[in-house]
Amino acid sequence: MKPARFDYVRAETLAQVHAVLAAEGGDARVIAGGQTLLPMLSMRLARPKVVVDIMRLPELAEIAGDGENIRIGAAVTQQQLLAWPELARTVPLLAAALPWVGHAQTRSRGTVCGSLAHADPSAEIPLALLALEGTLELSSRRRRRVPAAQFFTGLMSTARADDEMIEAAIFPCRRAGHGYAFQEFGRRHGDFAIVACAAVAHARGIRLAVGGVADRPIARDYSDIDGAALDDALDEFAWQLDARDDLHATASYRRGLVRRLGRATIEEARRCRA
Amino acid sequence: MPRLSAEARHRVAFQLNGRPVAAEAEPRMLLTDFLRHTLGMTGTHVGCEHGVCGACTVQIDGVPARACLTLAVQIEGAQVRTVEGLGPEPGRLSVLQEAFRRHHALQCGFCTAGILMSLDYYLRANPDPGEAALREFLGGHLCRCTGYVPILAAALDAARRLREPPPHA
Amino acid sequence: MPQAPKNAAGINEKHIGKRQRMTATAASWIGQSIERVEDAALLSGRGRFIDDLGVRPGTLHAAILRSQHAHAAIRAIRADTARQAPGVAVVLTGRDVASLSASLAVGVKAPIECWPIALDRVRYVGEPVAVVVAADRYLAEDALDLIEIDYDPLPAIVDPLAALDPAQPPLHDGLGSNIANDRSFCYGDPERAFSEAARRVSVSIHYPRNSCTPIETYGLIAEYDPGEQAYDVLANFMGPFSLHSVMARALKVPGNRLRLRTPPDSGGSFGIKQGLFPYIVLIAVAARAAGKPVKWIEDRLEHLAASVSATNRATKLDAAVDADGRVRALAWDQIEDVGAHIRAPEPATLYRMHGVLTGAYDIRHVSVRNRVVLTNKTPTGLNRGFGGPQVYYALERLMQRIAVELKLDPIDVIRRNLVPADAFPYRTATGGLLDSGNYAHTVDIALADGGYADLRKRCERARAEGRIYGIGSVAVVEPSVSNMGYITTVLTPQERRRAGPKNGAHATATVALDPLGSVSVHVASVPQGQGHRTVLAQIVADALGLTPADIRVVAELDTGRDAWSIASGNYSSRFAGAVGGAAHLAAMKLKAKLQRIAAAQLNVPVGEIEFAGGRVHARGNPDNAVSFTRVAAASHWSPGTQADGDHALRETVFWTPPELTAPTEDDGINSSLCYGFIFDFCGVEIDRVTGAVRIDKYVTMHDCGRVLHPAMVAGQITGGFAHAVGAALYEEYAYASDGSFLTGTFADYLVPTTMEVPALTILHVETPSPFTPLGAKGVGEGNCMSTPVCLANAVADALGIAEINLPMTPAKLAAHVHPAEGAPRRAQNVPATKPFAGRRLHGSGSADVKAAPEAVWRMLLDPGTLAAIIPGCHGVEKLSDTHFRAAVTLGVGPVSGRYSAEIILSQLVPPKSVTLTGSVTGALGDGRGAGRIALAASEQGGTRISYDYDAEIGGKVASVAGRLLDGATRLVIRQFFEALARHAGGAARTGLFARLRAIFRRRP
Repeated sequence: MKPARFDYVRAETLAQVHAVLAAEGGDARVIAGGQTLLPMLSMRLARPKVVVDIMRLPELAEIAGDGENIRIGAAVTQQQLLAWPELARTVPLLAAALPWVGHAQTRSRGTVCGSLAHADPSAEIPLALLALEGTLELSSRRRRRVPAAQFFTGLMSTARADDEMIEAAIFPCRRAGHGYAFQEFGRRHGDFAIVACAAVAHARGIRLAVGGVADRPIARDYSDIDGAALDDALDEFAWQLDARDDLHATASYRRGLVRRLGRATIEEARRCRA
Repeated sequence: MPRLSAEARHRVAFQLNGRPVAAEAEPRMLLTDFLRHTLGMTGTHVGCEHGVCGACTVQIDGVPARACLTLAVQIEGAQVRTVEGLGPEPGRLSVLQEAFRRHHALQCGFCTAGILMSLDYYLRANPDPGEAALREFLGGHLCRCTGYVPILAAALDAARRLREPPPHA
Repeated sequence: MPQAPKNAAGINEKHIGKRQRMTATAASWIGQSIERVEDAALLSGRGRFIDDLGVRPGTLHAAILRSQHAHAAIRAIRADTARQAPGVAVVLTGRDVASLSASLAVGVKAPIECWPIALDRVRYVGEPVAVVVAADRYLAEDALDLIEIDYDPLPAIVDPLAALDPAQPPLHDGLGSNIANDRSFCYGDPERAFSEAARRVSVSIHYPRNSCTPIETYGLIAEYDPGEQAYDVLANFMGPFSLHSVMARALKVPGNRLRLRTPPDSGGSFGIKQGLFPYIVLIAVAARAAGKPVKWIEDRLEHLAASVSATNRATKLDAAVDADGRVRALAWDQIEDVGAHIRAPEPATLYRMHGVLTGAYDIRHVSVRNRVVLTNKTPTGLNRGFGGPQVYYALERLMQRIAVELKLDPIDVIRRNLVPADAFPYRTATGGLLDSGNYAHTVDIALADGGYADLRKRCERARAEGRIYGIGSVAVVEPSVSNMGYITTVLTPQERRRAGPKNGAHATATVALDPLGSVSVHVASVPQGQGHRTVLAQIVADALGLTPADIRVVAELDTGRDAWSIASGNYSSRFAGAVGGAAHLAAMKLKAKLQRIAAAQLNVPVGEIEFAGGRVHARGNPDNAVSFTRVAAASHWSPGTQADGDHALRETVFWTPPELTAPTEDDGINSSLCYGFIFDFCGVEIDRVTGAVRIDKYVTMHDCGRVLHPAMVAGQITGGFAHAVGAALYEEYAYASDGSFLTGTFADYLVPTTMEVPALTILHVETPSPFTPLGAKGVGEGNCMSTPVCLANAVADALGIAEINLPMTPAKLAAHVHPAEGAPRRAQNVPATKPFAGRRLHGSGSADVKAAPEAVWRMLLDPGTLAAIIPGCHGVEKLSDTHFRAAVTLGVGPVSGRYSAEIILSQLVPPKSVTLTGSVTGALGDGRGAGRIALAASEQGGTRISYDYDAEIGGKVASVAGRLLDGATRLVIRQFFEALARHAGGAARTGLFARLRAIFRRRP
């Protein structure tokens, strides 16, 4: 279980990263923490020609907040973000979701943006970004911003072009009068979510995002409904996610969890708002 | 721009247990193989090579990390600490290692190095850990022998002793 | 301050290690939880595991190419490119291996072979197909990628019940069917008991495959000396060394030309490292072919797919029961799935428990039907509990069902049937000889000390609050020190007569003195973490009046030098009872000689010589003494002053207990020497939202005879409990209906962590075994037998259900908590779903394009168009009008691989519909599928393309990324239709995804 051969670029500037990606396209892979890429390399599921290490770029290592958003650079690890003293106050949903990402021993090197780039349908960080209506900053020789809802295009598939890298993720800060909640169920703690829910409650209604069921995280917005109306909405959402059976859970079980866990998460978000 | 070609071996220099070392590795070489077979540091063990079991956990720049999810070339210039660097001096055990021995917190000892490297970090960062938090933290390691109960007991005992050093120490 | 140790007593105290200090008056080191001698090295990274040891310069490294198919004929293997690859020394296929070795011996009388590598047919996913030997492991794996194999897939048999079907083609041509062995047994008069009994209670269970998965995988270094025609192998093999004979025969050398050594440390085994032996043969042959030492370290993917596991077993068990719950008779029907080969020592899992099929109960009438079947799964082998989990899952579920159906208290049903205290040693109906115990008394102590009454109240309170709570209880006997003859119960009495009797179980130990008078101990027990060196030091220290620190124990084994026999090794919990006992006997033998030497030196009668505190002294006169070392060194320095038989240098004991007799003419078998007793009870709560089980309380009571080291006993129980929690709730080696292996990583094979294993209460009583030298019994496996079914009984109690199989997953249990899912509340398109059948995938969709149906039709039949629209296509070769071959790179995210694809078009109805049947094969896996494409003219002159497919995907991607496979397949198929739509001038979007987008579009 050893990787096939590849070149390794220890990038010193963003321009170098862009140049390699422009030249090699899909044959190049950016490595940050490597917590997802390395098993794929070792199992030879992924066989890039060149791996570009972006962890030495100081401009990617920053967490910056302007009151409206926080911008998390591509080299910021999940652990660094969890340890950021402002996190619970500024982005409470992320503070609630991050402890569910792998284990402390992988969060220490795994990056926030790496998880977004990988776009695992069960992953917590993409779910949180979608729930909060955050944005990705992609760069190549040019630069663009893509909202989370357009970024995740399918199973482990994103709107990132082959010559682009994720430079940062932008999470909107907590808003006054909003409540946030995150709940997840997996077989064991640290496992891929069977169902994960992120909810935002506000004066006009609620937003619920669900991971682990469809081929990507999916969000829905509702007016301030409750009772049978909310049951109906959750039931409809559960069916529309096109759940599938797998080794760990049946589609029906997943739909049931979307209904029950979805409601519990919404209720928690409402309590947080109050 | 430093591009290390796939077929060649490249010099990797870093600090290992506080001492500078350098050796050569192909870009694809895993840190586990580099530590164990190139540098002869066989205390770090390999259990799954996909980042789940935690046996290969070392400390990189002060934080626990899976050596099997790290390329040797990535640790250029880094501070790496392994189980061989845990004891205060050859032939002596650290407070944590002593607690493991006292509580029979190991049986085959294969996963132990990784758990020690994790706990060494954790007890430094959290001198007075609760059992629940400790359990969650140790959830990143698999041990098939002990059933974990004595590991938790050893960790809590070590934490207590590190907080309150015995009077003769 | 010296501190006098105490005899083993308070086992529930905290097992804080004690320093090795002892006064001359102390009673015993045995029974104390001293710190382990093994630990200092293991804690500082100085362990010596197989992959930590140096190798000879020039040693090569092996990597193994494995089958991605559950069942297929091998049409061709092309390895020339691999042979030319950089660093490659040799590539071996099955034919090469067969030319240098013989088939492994098979344990049943049948004309079948068992090779460590596939010859012309693969029979399970993960079966070795080729071995590459290269300068390092990286290069060896590079070369694996270059080997091409043509397979003709064959239908796979996965379900053991399906294997009973005589119409299924046999997996081994030498057998007429897939039933490798079928034996029926009758003890007492079960037929009459069933006809007379008030009730008949039955359970049917399917015990799953699971494995204790040691964290260190298999590893070995093999070398061949052509001059002596001898193999030298260092391997983390654990025994039984009866398999040494199997290996030597397969390598076609006498036993003395297969020198097998074990490294000092082994990273856990739990039975699993028995399964290393076919690889010892395989890599030894590779070393011979390469002319160099060859090292192979199994990786985790190989381990999960193709090491060994417990057998899965389908059991029907019936009881004839009186109205008061007294069981008169049992009728067992067991169908044992050993996988694709009956590999030694199978079918031992089925017969290990044969003497105790009545468990802890006094049941005099038993009928048994045992069938061993072959399926397209990995061959099974030893795994902690070895047959016990399978038997007790049926027996103790049955006892719970008896209580439920007869409306009795489950504890009363257990108690009413226990073997009475005055009956020991008790001969069971099937021939076991239960050595000692007081079961009823032990249950009473457990209930009282474990807080059973409180648990009942807790349960009532929880239920009153609307929580889902249940209580389980079980009683089991834990066999240890197996009888090497039990496996011959699989043979008929006639076959056994022809083969000659097999029985006993030699344990060996050597105690030696060196010229400075220090003591060494050698045993053939191959520890994998059980602290054997510490306990043996305690035992020998007690015998010789020394401290454990005075004793040095060597526990690794060298068949070329050490005392060993077929029973050697570390399995069947034989250490405490047999190996520890043999060491005690060897020490006592040496002691007797030292007594004679000391008697002469101290000028007192031999009977008055005593050993204590490192001195040898005359009884009642401690001043008339000499140091132990002086007496111990005497035979080295002055043998001339001692009589011939008195030389005290080195004593080796081979000990086999007389109770381990061969199967009787009427198939009675005492399958083990010792039988510990376990009584467990527990409370569990099931989460209403998720269906997950929370273990609220677990109490386990053990009588394992005399306890040698309380903390290690606690460690064995706690560790076994953790394995059992895994087996009960998380772990299964799962296979799809096509034989694909689904749990190929530690992300899918779910091993419990600290978060899943709760603390448990351990209680003890001690009834020494009369049959072992120290009165100790084994204790390592019991909770793997008792705990899964105890938890299942609690879950069944909580949910009020009769049938429950392991692992008890949240999805399984939630189905009992929540009503069946109805139709969607709001009318909408419900996706058509089929039940999960592993890697069988189903999907459908549609796309609207601008081109007319005729134009689309032409595109589908044109190689050029196909090349443009097939995702990742490198070119299409037209073999006929309806048969195409393509090279494609398929990928999702960073995962991609190159495949060769074949597409056949059939049922052509131009320009309306066509069926595409296709297959892809590549290094990452293989897939087969069929899709129906329908073209309909749309309103604007375009075409609506609808499709519907069924696909099956196997191989590496199925094993390691099963969770993502369905989505990946859909993605690739979607790519195809998007490309087709683009090519046909349509909006590049499929109907299905357009619908999804509409659904997910944010509402105002």
